[in-house]
Amino acid sequence: MAIQFQHHPGLVVYLSAGDTGLTPRESHAGHAGGAVDLSLTREIALAAIDAGADVIEIGVPYSDPLGDGPVIQRASERALLRGTRLVDVLALAAELRAARPQAGLVIFSYLNPILRFGLPAFVDAAAAAGVDGVLLIDMIVEEAGEYLAEMKRVNLAPIFLAAPTSPEERLKAIVEHSQGFVYAISRTGITGQQKDVETGAAALVERLRRWTHWRGLPIAVGFGISNAEHVAQVGKFADAAVIGSAIVELIERSTEEQAPEAVSRFIRGLFTQGLHRQHEVQALEQREPASL
Amino acid sequence: MATMLSPDTQTQSKAGRFGAYGGRYVPETLMAALEELEHAYAEAKADAAFQAELDLLLKDFAGRPTPLYFAKRLTESLGGAKIYLKREDLLHTGAHKINNALGQGLLAKRMGKRRIIAETGAGQHGVATATVCALLGLECIVYMGEEDMRRQELNVLRMRLLGAEVRGVASGSKTLKDAVNEALRDWVTNVRNTYYILGSALGPHPYPTMVRDFNRIIGVEMRQQILGKEGRLPTAILACVGGGSNAIGAFHEFLSDLPGNDKVRLIGVEAGGRGKTLGDHAARFEGGVPGVLQGTYSYVLQDENGQVSLTHSVSAGLDYATVGPEHAALHDCGRAEYVSADDAHVMEAVVKLARTEGILPALESAHAVAECIRIAPNMPSHDILVINLSGRGDKDMGIIARELNIQGAQGH
Repeated sequence: MAIQFQHHPGLVVYLSAGDTGLTPRESHAGHAGGAVDLSLTREIALAAIDAGADVIEIGVPYSDPLGDGPVIQRASERALLRGTRLVDVLALAAELRAARPQAGLVIFSYLNPILRFGLPAFVDAAAAAGVDGVLLIDMIVEEAGEYLAEMKRVNLAPIFLAAPTSPEERLKAIVEHSQGFVYAISRTGITGQQKDVETGAAALVERLRRWTHWRGLPIAVGFGISNAEHVAQVGKFADAAVIGSAIVELIERSTEEQAPEAVSRFIRGLFTQGLHRQHEVQALEQREPASL
Repeated sequence: MATMLSPDTQTQSKAGRFGAYGGRYVPETLMAALEELEHAYAEAKADAAFQAELDLLLKDFAGRPTPLYFAKRLTESLGGAKIYLKREDLLHTGAHKINNALGQGLLAKRMGKRRIIAETGAGQHGVATATVCALLGLECIVYMGEEDMRRQELNVLRMRLLGAEVRGVASGSKTLKDAVNEALRDWVTNVRNTYYILGSALGPHPYPTMVRDFNRIIGVEMRQQILGKEGRLPTAILACVGGGSNAIGAFHEFLSDLPGNDKVRLIGVEAGGRGKTLGDHAARFEGGVPGVLQGTYSYVLQDENGQVSLTHSVSAGLDYATVGPEHAALHDCGRAEYVSADDAHVMEAVVKLARTEGILPALESAHAVAECIRIAPNMPSHDILVINLSGRGDKDMGIIARELNIQGAQGH
């Protein structure tokens, strides 16, 4: 197991662990204490992998998701209401690993739940679960000394975010400390959908390439990537696209019974339409290079 | 990472550390802005012209220096230590918050940022920021929890009159923590043209240091004034602690006083709320454990899964799940003491101060008065207590009247 992108562009799918959407089954609605049933997240993750997702980012719900827009905020609130804990998310990761040995699995979290669990205990548990990497949205490279040492001890891949606002020396450090892939944020802002992939995303990826190139470290672009056209656009300059809020919102709108199939169909649509679109985009670009 | 650093020092170490606490735990998008801010602040701090402009505004616009007032009737009534009040409540806009808002407003202008955002709890920081933006001609957007908008409506009206846009926040407990989240979401989105005037000694570096520096004037004046009146330093200084900006401003000048006879006790008073159960108070040093919230490593009220707890206090300004990192360091090394006062004792303190001295304190500041009322009677009469009276209570009249069943025009 390792993080590998089988397609171009590769696809990373973010799921808010423990969220059962707006219309949960009765047995999933409440918080009964003890282990929480994450079977829906598991079914959706498996469907996503089988539909072509290379990497699943398993989102740990958090009370104060200050980097997230309304869609993931709502999903986190629902997951927390159901009592979803980091320990449940780790158990889910182990189940996914057992079911899909080749899939890339990344824990996506804010720092505080990890600190409370205990950093050494967390990396041990994540490694034992078969997780490949960890992405902490509020951890920057300068504060990451012990985190990096712990991750290295158990051979887990730390993934850092790079922003359009990051100056060169920060990009260099972000790439230097990232493994698996580096996550390029498409625009300044929080997670959530947007109409177009901003031109700044390509510029950021180009700046990152200076540092990733010699290692062959892939670059995934995320934030606001929500449809086949976006994926195709990202494929023109990056190695992978991250889709989060669009799928979380799809799950929100779907019944539990429908959700895995809805997510599967959505992802398959990204690939078929995306490749088609990519062709069109290239044709368009030849006529009007400035329009992108 | 901070968890294993030893909290061994009260002095600030590099990268905004106070012992083990502080640091920067933010989305990468904000890092360039924080570095730019750190750099700009260092330049401004070293610039005599910037300091002169700030000093003049503090004097002529805000009303500094504030008096150190001997509370004779309160002292006699409690029958113990001699009590002084540092009258930050007399500042323009009604609280110490103007010290920081003026400093950061001038800094924003110097940096060429014309769009200002801020969070507010009780509304005092929001009013101070709206005031400074009006003064300097800057655009102002204030995030405020809907629960706080309801209970501090007067300040919402003041902000709007001053030309600020007040944006209600409906997430979480609809209080200060949620307002900070929303302000950070705005900043991360509009980071290139926006300056975030954070209102307390909280958040990622350089805010805890910068906000403290802008409030240090409180302790500097206090020291001169008490030496002038008494010829010696006080036995103890009392200040309420939400994020902790008024307290660190009052304490900082006294930190380096060597232990021994001259050591000034520094007492921070947190919100004890309505009980000791998690969720019923905001006493971070009683119920919290170290963690990361909103960019800084400090004591955080949280559950066993690392989810941040709801908090309660009768005072919106102290109703917050974490505390400034410098206070966390002062707590761990023992240089400052932290206690709590519950809602009921705070109400008693409001009445006591109003009726012995004719001074209506803010509910926040009344926490420090409540602790004074508790400890002063047991202290000898040559001991001196200084309360940092950080704000005035006009904004709280609705809550106070309801709690104490005081009748208005419809009553007797």
